[in-house]
Amino acid sequence: MGSRASSLLREEDIEEIKKETGFSHSQITRLYSRFHSLDKGENGALSREDFQRIPELAINPLGDRIINAFFPEGTNKKYTAREDQVNFRGFMRTLAHFRPVEDNEKNKDLTSGEPLNSRTNKLHFAFQLYDLDRDDKISRDELLQVLRMMVGVNISDEQLGSIADRTIQEADTNGDMCISFSEFTKVLEKVDVEQKMSIRFLH
Amino acid sequence: MPQVEDTDPDPDPGETTQAVFTLNYPRIQIPFEITLWVLLASFAKIGFHVYHKITVWVPESCLLISIGLIVGGIMHSLHEKPPAVLTSNAFFLYMLPPIVLDSGYFMPTRPFFENFGTVLWFAVVGTLWNSIGIGISLFAICQIEVFGVQDITLQENFLFASIISAVEPVAVLTVFEDISVHEQLYIVVFGECLFNDAVTVVLYNLFNHVAALEVVEAGDVFLDIGRFFVVGLGGTIFGALFGFVTAFTTRFTGKVREIEPLIIFLYSYLAYLIAELFAISSIMAIVICALTMKYYVEENVSQRSCTTIRHVIKMVGSVSETLIFFFLGVVTITTEHEWNWGYILFALLFALLWRGLGILVLTQIINPFRTIPFNFKDQFGLAYGGLRGAVSFALAFTLPDNIGRKDLFITGTIVVIIFTVFIQGITIRPLLKLMNVRKTNRNQETINDEIHKRLMEHTVAGIEDLCGQWSHYYWKDKFMKFNNRILRKILIRDNHPESSIVALYKKLELQNAMEVLDQMSGDISAAPSLISLHEERKNASKSRKKFLSSDVTNMHELLSKNMYKIRHRTVSYTNKHTLPDDITAREILMRRHTSLRRSLRAGSFHGTNAAKMSQKYFSLPMGRSLNSRFPPRRLVHAGDGDIESEINYSSIRHPQRVSSKAVMPLRPLNTLKEVASSVNTVDGQNEEQRGCRRSHLGSNVSRSGHLTSHLPHGSSRNCSDGDHDAWVEEPQNNSDVQHPLMRRPHWLPQKPHDK
Repeated sequence: MGSRASSLLREEDIEEIKKETGFSHSQITRLYSRFHSLDKGENGALSREDFQRIPELAINPLGDRIINAFFPEGTNKKYTAREDQVNFRGFMRTLAHFRPVEDNEKNKDLTSGEPLNSRTNKLHFAFQLYDLDRDDKISRDELLQVLRMMVGVNISDEQLGSIADRTIQEADTNGDMCISFSEFTKVLEKVDVEQKMSIRFLH
Repeated sequence: MPQVEDTDPDPDPGETTQAVFTLNYPRIQIPFEITLWVLLASFAKIGFHVYHKITVWVPESCLLISIGLIVGGIMHSLHEKPPAVLTSNAFFLYMLPPIVLDSGYFMPTRPFFENFGTVLWFAVVGTLWNSIGIGISLFAICQIEVFGVQDITLQENFLFASIISAVEPVAVLTVFEDISVHEQLYIVVFGECLFNDAVTVVLYNLFNHVAALEVVEAGDVFLDIGRFFVVGLGGTIFGALFGFVTAFTTRFTGKVREIEPLIIFLYSYLAYLIAELFAISSIMAIVICALTMKYYVEENVSQRSCTTIRHVIKMVGSVSETLIFFFLGVVTITTEHEWNWGYILFALLFALLWRGLGILVLTQIINPFRTIPFNFKDQFGLAYGGLRGAVSFALAFTLPDNIGRKDLFITGTIVVIIFTVFIQGITIRPLLKLMNVRKTNRNQETINDEIHKRLMEHTVAGIEDLCGQWSHYYWKDKFMKFNNRILRKILIRDNHPESSIVALYKKLELQNAMEVLDQMSGDISAAPSLISLHEERKNASKSRKKFLSSDVTNMHELLSKNMYKIRHRTVSYTNKHTLPDDITAREILMRRHTSLRRSLRAGSFHGTNAAKMSQKYFSLPMGRSLNSRFPPRRLVHAGDGDIESEINYSSIRHPQRVSSKAVMPLRPLNTLKEVASSVNTVDGQNEEQRGCRRSHLGSNVSRSGHLTSHLPHGSSRNCSDGDHDAWVEEPQNNSDVQHPLMRRPHWLPQKPHDK
């Protein structure tokens, strides 16, 4: 997706976003004004610094990873670095993962492709927070990095290492000492992911 | 019996023998009987837990009522009168306040306020709906000649309806706690129970008043509606007032620690009594009082007082609750009943029906406004969990005698109570299991669950911040600002937000340390009591070949203690402190800056101690304070104004050292001794330091010999402002740094003052 600098939101854009993400009209306009207020450079796209300027995000342990998730990957996942600008559509697309799942959507059949806020996509978002190198596997190192980010300074490396080992052991079914996406999904099957990875967007 | 004689006040002058043994029962009768009853009830409680299975399936309230029924039967056959416990005065003045105080004090504030709207909605509108619905339907029934109850007027029907629609906190919560229901549900039911008191009592009085009138005028009705608001709001304001006064008083109790718990209790009870004086909702008063004062009081009082307060409240509350159910059983047998099949059975039917309908309708209306809407299973839990209990009973008993069918009403109430408590209480658990209500699954989490859940929570918090979703928390933010600027200064003794953070942190760590001690020393009997008050430790029951279950348990503990909490969320609803995020914020920021720096390897950067920290994951070797690596100054952008926070920064590290030793179960056993001594001395220090202005923890620490060995840096850090030897140079102005990320960010980190 090219960085289409559009500082005004047009109706057809809103319609497209609505179709793609499922947000309502008022939610989109509201989020657009937020996008606009974050966009200090006024170029219709957000850069990493714009995100880092949000103080609460800076003290979020996973702040960097979250910011990273907004920036779309290149076409060739493994070798292309992520782009460094995100436009409003990309912004909304990422946010759409967090839309609560309505009951009537749960049973909709997936003819139009899975909605962005389906359980699988939510899980995939979380998975990608771990999986930096995008090889669709969470290795022990990646797990350790995230653990270290989430945990205070009191835990020593060995302890964290054993926690990571235990995590992998619990989840790993095919013995490759990594957690694949399907293993990740399976291990979280009892968790109410739809509720945990949802936020109520105000109208 | 040995030879005994009653001593009379005027002994028979003819009697000259000195009595060797005398028996003076009347003198001690009242306290003696009270003690015996309480003891009997406590034995009953102990007895239930001997056979664990019973309490799993049958809620305690049922068991207590049954025992009460048995005892009542015995008393009845002996033609004894039961003690006048369930009279209006005894119940409302002595038995009810402890229970309500217990609930109010241990109420998790955050989920409560987040669900405040829902709670009020169900409490007020729900109770109104129930009362009016039941009243009208019963009146309709009364018109049918067959049942022979035509003499009951509409007003009296409403009166009865309002009595039996009062959902009872005691019974419901025992059931819900037993089955570990989802936190949201718990809060809503709990809040509803507390608040519908205001509604019920007002309705009761309203209908009481109206029942006595021959003609109801519209003006009266409006007056009564106005009265309803006065009662509810008045109770709240009163409670808040008393809460603040209590907090203010505890500010001055620094030198008289022993009476601190007493002050808390006295003020709470006073709030209750004075509210009763003005006939406003006393339950609301005492609950709001407990809620308001808890926050400030727990900062002002010593650790020991804090524990004492909690223990005593729990103890008295539980005794009171036990007694109430017990006597319910007793009095059931011994009162005169009037039975009327039709009326009573229909009353029961309507009570259940209207509650169910009410919940359905109300949930439909309020779901769109909720973050987490109630699904059908939640609604079922809410509706089915609406047990009636002692409050209804007491209200029935206090009906004025000019109501013709008073006995019928009493019997009806008892039937409803017993039905709901027994039938619904016993079957709710299997039914909920069947329906798989969202439960707080505290015991079955794997490590994966814990980690990934926390990851998700952090993510969601981050995204929310990103979207600027602050309107939900708008009022809370405003209140917190007001709180910090004005209230804390008045109500808290050492109002330096840093020192109170430190104090809070120390308290938490102390509690954690004590818990770990208890568990490690294998003292099972002490552990449950701590556990019942603090968060339950999770036990992973799996044992794989590499990991023992004890290892996994340790991991759970490590994680739960050390993983960063989300802002604004309660991890478990028994978490009583919400620690302000300063410390974790600093750690996170430091880590990010370091990792950024490392990854960029900026050339303009000298003295790279940080870069030398090539350990991959930035953990510190044990025993080293963070100060050796990271200059706190880096975070303090305002520079000189915040020297104070630097000092306290070092002292913040100090409690961490103490606790970190405590939470490392993998270390050799001398940790126990170290922790034991530090636990004692830290507590002792607490007492001293309250008086100190700037918590000069560093200097105090070096005074007490025990702790210096553990604090290689903490003690030396004292209050030396200018001691910046090991610190790393930082790019002083933004212009020399090329990469934007290396510049100092333009925002200021949240200073504690402004939170």
